[in-house]
Formats: sequence, C-alpha cells, structure tokens
Amino acid sequence: METVLGRYRNLIILVGVLFLQVLGLAMQVKKNGVDEEKTRLIRIWAVNAITPLERTLVWVENGSGDLWHNYFYLRGVRAENRQLKEQIEEMRLQQVRLADDAAQARRLQVLLAFKEQFISHTVAAQVIGSSGSDLSRIIYIDKGEKAGIERDMAVMTSDGIVGKVLLVYPSVAQVLLINDQSSGVGALLEKTRLQGVLRGTANGEVMLERVMSDEQVSPGETVLTSGGDQIFPKGLPVGTVTKVGNGRDLFLNIKIKPAADLSKLEEVLVLVEKQERQAPAEEAVHMRASDILAQRLPSVPDKSAADAKSAATAAKTGVTSNAEAQPKAPLKEPGNGAKPGGLPDPGKPATAAKSGIQAPTVLGGRKARNSSAANGVPITLLPDASAKSADPDSAVPRKPDSSVTPIKGAQPNAFQEDTPSAQPNPATPSTPPQSSSQPPADESKPQ
Amino acid sequence: MPITYTSGEQVEVYRFSLPVTVGVPLLALFVQAFVPRRFPGFAVYVDLPLLVTIFFAMARRNPISGLLTGAVIGLAQDMLGHNPIGIYGIAKTVVGYGASSLGVKLDVENAGARLLVTLGFYFMHAAVYFTVAHGLVNMTQTWSWPRGLLAALANAFLGVVLYFVLDKFKQRT
Repeated sequence: METVLGRYRNLIILVGVLFLQVLGLAMQVKKNGVDEEKTRLIRIWAVNAITPLERTLVWVENGSGDLWHNYFYLRGVRAENRQLKEQIEEMRLQQVRLADDAAQARRLQVLLAFKEQFISHTVAAQVIGSSGSDLSRIIYIDKGEKAGIERDMAVMTSDGIVGKVLLVYPSVAQVLLINDQSSGVGALLEKTRLQGVLRGTANGEVMLERVMSDEQVSPGETVLTSGGDQIFPKGLPVGTVTKVGNGRDLFLNIKIKPAADLSKLEEVLVLVEKQERQAPAEEAVHMRASDILAQRLPSVPDKSAADAKSAATAAKTGVTSNAEAQPKAPLKEPGNGAKPGGLPDPGKPATAAKSGIQAPTVLGGRKARNSSAANGVPITLLPDASAKSADPDSAVPRKPDSSVTPIKGAQPNAFQEDTPSAQPNPATPSTPPQSSSQPPADESKPQ
Repeated sequence: MPITYTSGEQVEVYRFSLPVTVGVPLLALFVQAFVPRRFPGFAVYVDLPLLVTIFFAMARRNPISGLLTGAVIGLAQDMLGHNPIGIYGIAKTVVGYGASSLGVKLDVENAGARLLVTLGFYFMHAAVYFTVAHGLVNMTQTWSWPRGLLAALANAFLGVVLYFVLDKFKQRT
C-alpha cells in the first residue's frame, strides 16, 4: 500500500488538487448562475493585492502626462482653444433649440402622465485595470463603496454606455463591459424603435439580439438604451449598426459598434442616482426655447435706469439719444460699453450673442414663439462689448443653468458667479432628460 | 533541436528566494491586468501568469511544487475576473504538473526547447480551460484557430525572453 502511495504520490496529489477545485467550482455554480457573495472574500484579497499597484501606476502615469501636456507640450493650444470656444458657442445655441424640442416632449409627457428618468448624480472614476483575460471582459475603476457606488449601477462615458458595476469593494469597483458574453442590455434602434437585447460575444463584439428577421434594419442606424433592463436609463447612446445578417430562429444578427471605445477607456461616469418622476407641468408650460435663449444672453438694462443714464449722458453732451433719433434702427445690445451709434432702445427686450450669428437661423424658424421674439421684435445678435472687454475670447455671459452639462475646461463666467439662481431653471434637476442624448452631468470631478 | 533525454540525477534542480517566489507571480498578474488598459490585444495574445507557471515548474522540477504553483497562480488569476473561481486554477494546475514532470525528463534549458514546450503547454492550457468552461460551468466560449496559433506563438517567443530574464533569479540547490 505504501509503495503504491509513494509511487503515485504526485498523481494522487494532482487529482486531489483538481478535485478540490472542481468541488469549489461546483459550489459556485448554482441553478441560478454563479453565486457571487460566497466568492467575495477571496476576490477581495486578490483585488486588494493588485489594485494598489495599479492605482499608484495610474497616478504616476497621469501626473507625468499632465506635466508634459500642461507645461511643455502646448503647441497649437491657442488655436485649438479658439476653435473649441467657437464650437462651444455653436453647441450652446444648438442646445437651446434642442431644449425647445425637449420642452415640447415634456408637455406631451405631462399630458400622457408619463414618468421619466433623470440622471441626477454621477461619479467620475478612473479606469485602473482589467481582468487581464479576454474571456472576462471587465475593468476596475478607482471608486468603490466609499464613493457611493453600488452593484448594478450603470457606467458610461460621454460617448455612450460602457457597462454595469458587477462587484464593489471599499475603494475599487469591478465593471462588466457590454461586450462581455454574460452582459445583457435592453436596447432599441433609434429610427425604427425596434427593441432587442444587446449581448457581447466571445470575440468581444457586441450584437443586438431578438430582432425579428422580417424587420428592416440598415447599417449606420443608431442604437440607444431602451431602459427595459432597469439599469441604464432610456435614451443613452449605445452604438451604431455595422452589419446586419440573418441569425438563428428567425432573428436578425445585428452587429453593433459601441459608441464608447471599450478598448481605450480611461475615465468613466458611474450613474449613482437617477430619479423617476413625472415632469412638472408648470415648467413644461412656461419655459420655451426663446425664454431660455433670452435668459442666457445679456439682458437689456432696466428701463428706468437706462432712461436716467441716457438723460444724464444727454445732459452732459447735449446730444439726443440715438434711440430717439433712430427709432427704426435694428435693436442692438449695447452692453456696458456700447459702440458709437449703436445705443439701445431700452423699451424693447433684446438679446445678443457673438457677432455674425442671427437668431432666426439659430432657432431654426422658431423665432417668434414668445418673449422678445413673440413681441414681433426683430432680433439682431451683436457682440456684447462688455463681455468682450472683460475677456475677448470668452463666451457671452450667460445666466446659470444647471441643466447644462458643465464642459470641462470652460471658464466660469462672471454672470454665473454673481447670480447663481437668478432665473428659474427650465429643465430641473441638474441634468437633462434622457431623451436628449446629451452627455450625462458630471457632478463630481475626478479627484 | 537539442531536446535531450536525461536522467533525474543529471538535471539541475533550482530553487528561488521567497521574494521572487511571491513577487514574480504577483508582478505577472499585475502586468496582465494593467497593460490591457492601454493595449487591449495584450490580454488576447499573452498570458504572463501561464509563462511564469511554466518557468517555475520547469526550474523546480518537482511535480507537487509545480502543480501547487500553477494552482495558486491560476486561482489568483480567476479572482481578478468575474467568471467562477477555479477555471484558470484547474488549467494551470495541469500545466504546472505537466511542465515540472517534463522538466524532470528533458533538458529544457535551451531556447528552442523552451519555445516548443511553451507552445505545447499553451495549447494544453487552452484545451483544459475550454473543457472546464464548457463542461463544468456551461460557459459558451468559441475557439479560433488563427487566433489561438498567434497567441501560442506570441507566448512562446515572449516566454523565451522572459525565461532568460528569470534565469537570473535561479539558485542552485
């Protein structure tokens, strides 16, 4: 007996070790899938052994990168800055137009007593590592329980959804990417509104399943979240259709290119709080795009104050106000340092933006809905001299609007700091409705 | 290709200091988890923990030590993913046992032998992994021969370089 044991000792130990592991596997795999809770402790050990190193390396990497990019490699930054500011201007004005559509949608939702989901709070996190295996497509982020992250929270970037939180540790969380085989996301096609289930494949591709083969789906169509999974709010960008083919069981095989680049994730947003509520009627009724535009752009000085000022000026110079001398002149926004010959007509509301931008074009034909436009006053958008004098390159001062997603790197303007809550916020809480497909609000900046 | 059959007395058995025994597998796991953040293809084609398992098993030439090394490294690798713990563990246990058993019988000190041995063990590892994943956990994994061959070659060539570096930490018994 001893001879047999001695002779086959290695083999017996091998079989024993394998048996133990198979037993462990069998205990983890239950009828309803893998029991995560039982394996939590040993996973914590492994994660705690690896992630501090990753976190340190990411910190060093970012530090050196920031040093290089922020202090040394600044070639072309001014030109890019100027270009980006112009882009921001265009986007802000475009947002006004979209806000009109959103307001209309909200009015309809009120009428139909719809409930909608709002992203009310997100936490920005940095990607510090991965599983290291192509058979388990997960990433680790540097925020965990301490930052309020919980299991099954949605993870996204400004481009689109990324995945969901799978496991949470004190200061780290594990995120299952949408291209993992075990992932499933409720999705719908933007144009046709066909619903399906988004799944990952073994090769790391993303497929939209459960769309019947008799439906018309064309490459290039955008895919959004449907909200049916109760994890991702409705309307977040998922990706675009790249290939459509016939699959099994009368279903189409739809290949999706994810909107977020899943292979190069660096920073992500975790949706830690979303609100589901009915859109308030008063907001939906009273606020229109032109109102918002009027709020954002420099307002006309108070009439009495302006009259007194112009009277004082006239008394000093002995010249009649241009506003009186040229009553039919197009309305122009003076700012504090108005140009000669361009004095305002204080009796009429006026708006202004950067030079060369005409309101009718911006509003896309909606210029005469209400407010200044509704009064029949032609709006001519001229540069705001005061804003220019303060900061020649900066954006036109605007009233604060927490519905606008803060744009990283944009300088806060003076108006925002001075009058933080001067106007009602049209789009309530701090984020836009999901249907507008805007990037989620980043309320906590990366630390 | 000088793969020579040797008796157990002829081959040298090595051991490693504790920091190397613990640190090298940890470093391999760390690099395996960290590098794909920037180079996603790394996780597809390279399996550093497998290379470390093969190296330690072949150098120690002790099947029990080899299988235990493989089991520990494999289980640690499992813990970093989200799949059930034990799939990599079982695969690397088998590889560790096989590599150490082979190390007893063959001279695997030269580059050519190491290249072939790593190639072979990569396929063995993949076969065991897929068998366990399919048979025990009911995971749907697909095997791609072109990708598998590329990955095996990448691991084999990287392994030769890595073993050369790790040879510096060997201590004669």
